[in-house]
Amino acid sequence: MNIVLILQMAAEAGADRVGLVCDGRRWTYGQLLEAAKGAAEIFINSGCEQVALLDESSEAAPIALFGAAMAGIPYVPLNYRLADEALGALLDRIKPAYVIGDVERSNRLSQGHTCATREAFVQAAEEAAAGASGEEREGEGIAAQIFTSGTTAAPKAALLRHTNLLGYILGAYEFMTAEETDAQLVCVPPYHIAGISALLSSFYSMRRIVMLPAFDPDTWLKLAGDEQVTNAFLVPTMLARVIARMEETGNATLPSVQSIAYGGGRMPPELIAQALDLFPNCNFTNAYGLTETSSTIALLTPEDHRTAHQSDDPAVRARLGSVGKPLPTIELEIRDDEGQVLAAGERGEIYVRGEQVSGEYREKSVLDAEGWFPTRDAGYLDDEGYLFLAGRADDVIVRGGENISPGEIEDVLATHPAIADSVAVGAPSVEWGEAVAVAVVIKPGAETPSNNELSQLIKDHLRSSRVPEKIAVVEELPYNEMGKLLRREVKKLFLD
Amino acid sequence: MKPGTKLKSTVCNTEVMVIKGSDLVVECGGAPMTAEGAAEKGSVNPDFAGGTLMGKRYVNEDGSVELLCVKAGEGALAIDGQLLPTKDAKPLPSSD
Repeated sequence: MNIVLILQMAAEAGADRVGLVCDGRRWTYGQLLEAAKGAAEIFINSGCEQVALLDESSEAAPIALFGAAMAGIPYVPLNYRLADEALGALLDRIKPAYVIGDVERSNRLSQGHTCATREAFVQAAEEAAAGASGEEREGEGIAAQIFTSGTTAAPKAALLRHTNLLGYILGAYEFMTAEETDAQLVCVPPYHIAGISALLSSFYSMRRIVMLPAFDPDTWLKLAGDEQVTNAFLVPTMLARVIARMEETGNATLPSVQSIAYGGGRMPPELIAQALDLFPNCNFTNAYGLTETSSTIALLTPEDHRTAHQSDDPAVRARLGSVGKPLPTIELEIRDDEGQVLAAGERGEIYVRGEQVSGEYREKSVLDAEGWFPTRDAGYLDDEGYLFLAGRADDVIVRGGENISPGEIEDVLATHPAIADSVAVGAPSVEWGEAVAVAVVIKPGAETPSNNELSQLIKDHLRSSRVPEKIAVVEELPYNEMGKLLRREVKKLFLD
Repeated sequence: MKPGTKLKSTVCNTEVMVIKGSDLVVECGGAPMTAEGAAEKGSVNPDFAGGTLMGKRYVNEDGSVELLCVKAGEGALAIDGQLLPTKDAKPLPSSD
């Protein structure tokens, strides 16, 4: 199997149909396939063992992704936001590579690569297309290698095989379901799994991609209008910024947008409720997945959203904060520390199994003997099988042998009218091993509540072991560009 | 037939990719499909002329064989003379 099949099928069914709009240029599926063939030829001739993208999103991303696939060489999108030292270390790990994008940085930080700017690569690929064989090579069977963000140690090189990615696309999507007028606004960075799955799913559905290389709410809104965008994926922080911008400009409509999917970080319940009220005709889908699972493994459908939003039943309403149900092609279990499967309502670690689940790193596979992948995400299922996330398994605060989920404390703090954002982490404690520490962000203009007031609030709702021993008031919490809260950064506040 | 294998019709333009395979012989338009197809195409048997649809998945009765049509043609897919129906998947909302 080879993911280039996706582009081949789109080009077979609609060679002249526009598949991608980027920086004002419109690319048909036929043109993209030709460029991918040329790119494959270039990669093979360069003798590279990996194809790296060190650049924002552009047409170079799909051309390199499918070209590398055809050549049987792994595609490695790199995070261009990394500092020199970290990026240099990653470049050293993938040599010899064909690096597309920031030639100056690549040459300065690591030797032994073939480098080309975006423009030079795209032009060369188009020129090489005429003489290209278009032959598919199998290679190691690896379609993409994505470096995880590495919260505790050096970044791990997650491997996604052609079978994983095709398993996901064929399981979750139907071919050519989009109308020719449909358009998908893609604004996630190319080095994130969502950036790859957006390309694959849009090409397979034959939904025209409108690419926004660097997210900014004004450009997003303008492109959505100009290109009559029908579908979009946003991380929660992006959605918050779009809504805030619309309210500032007093233009709270998105007439062409029919569906918005979101994921990549925790969605505050107030934000999604606000979005549902603002856009009653828009279909919202919450997607949960990991790099190692080739994107989505569970989703909360538009119907689930409406039902939960309109319900008076607290259990049904709570599902607005869930990530929905596993895909039909995914098996999912919640297990305790001993590996025992837990019943509904019990919190444990999320395990998944399925064709799209890789669980494989360059160094080793972490799948167990039966093919289950431990996600390191904590969560629980409700009585009807809706999955609720409860932080990373590693985020659990262990106070004197008692496991405390940061989420329960954060949810209580969120009910305080002066608190805009909060996080609970474990801080070193001589007495307890770890104690609860919280950092809070105060809403503009609101008065900072006293430590006693916050402690009392938590005591009133939760057990006394949850009461924080340390409270820090901060300007903002550290999020990465995908909206993921960097808890290890918060922990540093309490290392005295 | 291992997953990922591509088969071509010898009587029309149909091409399929094996998603799930067994040792059964897949026919298209009444003639066995092969990896190479045919340089000179034969004619479609009128009993197997329903055509194939791009992107549709075809399964046999016990589910041991599943094929994805990657190129459409005039022949119909069958195993042992039994026409293969398409597999109707419940559509999921786009999540990317």
